[in-house]
Amino acid sequence: MVKQKARYLTVEEGGFALLLAATAILGLIIAGRTFDQVLAFHASVIAAACAVGTFYILRRYFDGTYERAPLEIDGKPNYNMGPAKFGAWASVFWGIAGFLVGLIIALQLAYPALNFDLPWTSFGRLRPLHTSAVIFAFGGNVLLATSFYVVQRTCRARMPGDILPWIVILGYNLFIVVAGTGYLLGVTQGKEYAEPEWYADWLLTIVWVFYLFAFLGTIWRRREPHIYVANWFYLAFIVTIAVLHIFNNMSLPVNFLSSKSYIVWAGVQDAMVQWWYGHNAVGFFLTAGFLAIMYYFIPKQAERPVYSYRLSIVHFWALIFIYIWAGPHHLHYTALPQWASTLGMTFSIILWMPSWGGMINGLMTLSGAWDKLRTDPVLRMMVVSVAFYGMSTFEGPVMSIREVNSLSHYTDWTIGHVHAGALGWVGYISFGALYCLIPWLYNRKLYSTRLVNAHFWVSTIGIVLYICAMWVSGIMQGLMWRAYDSLGFLEYSFIETVDAMHPFYVIRALGGGLFLLGAVFMAYNLVMTVARKEETEPALTPTGAVAAE
Amino acid sequence: MDATYTTLANFAQTGGLLYFMAIFAGVVVYAVWPSNKEQFDAAKNIPLREDD
Repeated sequence: MVKQKARYLTVEEGGFALLLAATAILGLIIAGRTFDQVLAFHASVIAAACAVGTFYILRRYFDGTYERAPLEIDGKPNYNMGPAKFGAWASVFWGIAGFLVGLIIALQLAYPALNFDLPWTSFGRLRPLHTSAVIFAFGGNVLLATSFYVVQRTCRARMPGDILPWIVILGYNLFIVVAGTGYLLGVTQGKEYAEPEWYADWLLTIVWVFYLFAFLGTIWRRREPHIYVANWFYLAFIVTIAVLHIFNNMSLPVNFLSSKSYIVWAGVQDAMVQWWYGHNAVGFFLTAGFLAIMYYFIPKQAERPVYSYRLSIVHFWALIFIYIWAGPHHLHYTALPQWASTLGMTFSIILWMPSWGGMINGLMTLSGAWDKLRTDPVLRMMVVSVAFYGMSTFEGPVMSIREVNSLSHYTDWTIGHVHAGALGWVGYISFGALYCLIPWLYNRKLYSTRLVNAHFWVSTIGIVLYICAMWVSGIMQGLMWRAYDSLGFLEYSFIETVDAMHPFYVIRALGGGLFLLGAVFMAYNLVMTVARKEETEPALTPTGAVAAE
Repeated sequence: MDATYTTLANFAQTGGLLYFMAIFAGVVVYAVWPSNKEQFDAAKNIPLREDD
């Protein structure tokens, strides 16, 4: 064969090299001209990252040794799993970082001296760092990694592009770094779960559009005629998050040399857009995306097809059509018109149906194989996560009812509810997916099943301590706030409620500590899985496994 | 003003109800339509049919 010496720069290489170089130059100009120190820092970080990216693309080209990866090898798809590997390890790292920050702020609430009287370590700055690290950094990387894996395997096609998937996964993590350091340095929009300022929002928007391209491009060239249900859920997650992110961050910077921006929506409209965004971040980021994981990883690990494919179709369409209306339940008893808050409450209650339909579909996938729960702690973790999904999607609609909300809102009950969903559902389905994904990606056997078992029990005790403490403390707090004496005065001062909650804050911190410990077990287990060089037998999954119906 | 609000609210409530019921009915019919069964049974096994 004649070896072709030179090749032209591909459109992909040239395009990304230009985009990155232009961004690097823009970053340098902003960094040089601004008086805003945080913006100067962030512009420098983005410029450096883009410059390194440009350098790698061009060096790869001028080396001349790189050949475009074939779409298929011997008639089998040549999957591109590098970005999925990166995402899996990034999620392990960010998970531990995020859980640790959560533990620190839990301890700060119990022992306020632990904020060290420093601005960077104050609760107000660390709290968004915790929420963003666990939701967007940990959860987001799990979603990116698993979606890259699942969409390629279920479409039996290689992802489009060689550079595109790397731009997505590295660009997303660059956004995480910019957002997280911004919180610590005091830059925030002050909108819950949408704290990053305008330039970080722009960065995420661009990365997200590339993500949509990479995902749709894989579906476009699929060899499998049907688009598997997990891909529908991933697609709903990607598209909806794009729309939500853009509408909730329609803000104009004071000028392009300032990190400060103002939103174009005014007053109650801004609040409504914020909670339309906020609740659907739960509905489409923390639910639809992780349901996609459920629909792929549980059948795969249980070696049985999903209980009912028909139910999964009804589940999908019902869930996405209803979730999008539930946001106003965050704004009961505010300037929002009552009909709007009733609308949000009604749709939240209707959500019981698709949520539980999905839960039943996930759990019943194990029918006839329940014995696997005894021997396979990875599967047990994922099944318990679905049970937590059922529990928190029952609790959520109850709390959305106006009268219940008058007791629960602003109390720790909300925090307990969020963590039942976040630790139980999102956390456990993610851990389960990582325990599957890393061995599959590296073709290794999991290092220790006993360690998974230890992780499961330590974390479960942690979650139970956490949510029980928050239920008791939240309801107590709500009742103390509304207690009147015989003369119509408030029975308790605010500080008395804080004092009463102290023991529960300590229990909560203990629960969070156990959850963190479990995640450390997982990190060790996963690192050892790859570090010791023991390959699995080439796994032969039974085709046509017996349907459970 | 009041009349406009009432008219619009009625239209939105009734229309919304019909719209959602129609979509839901459409999805359910699509899901249980007998001739789709074969396709869904094949789709169900996609994750388990992978060859490395």
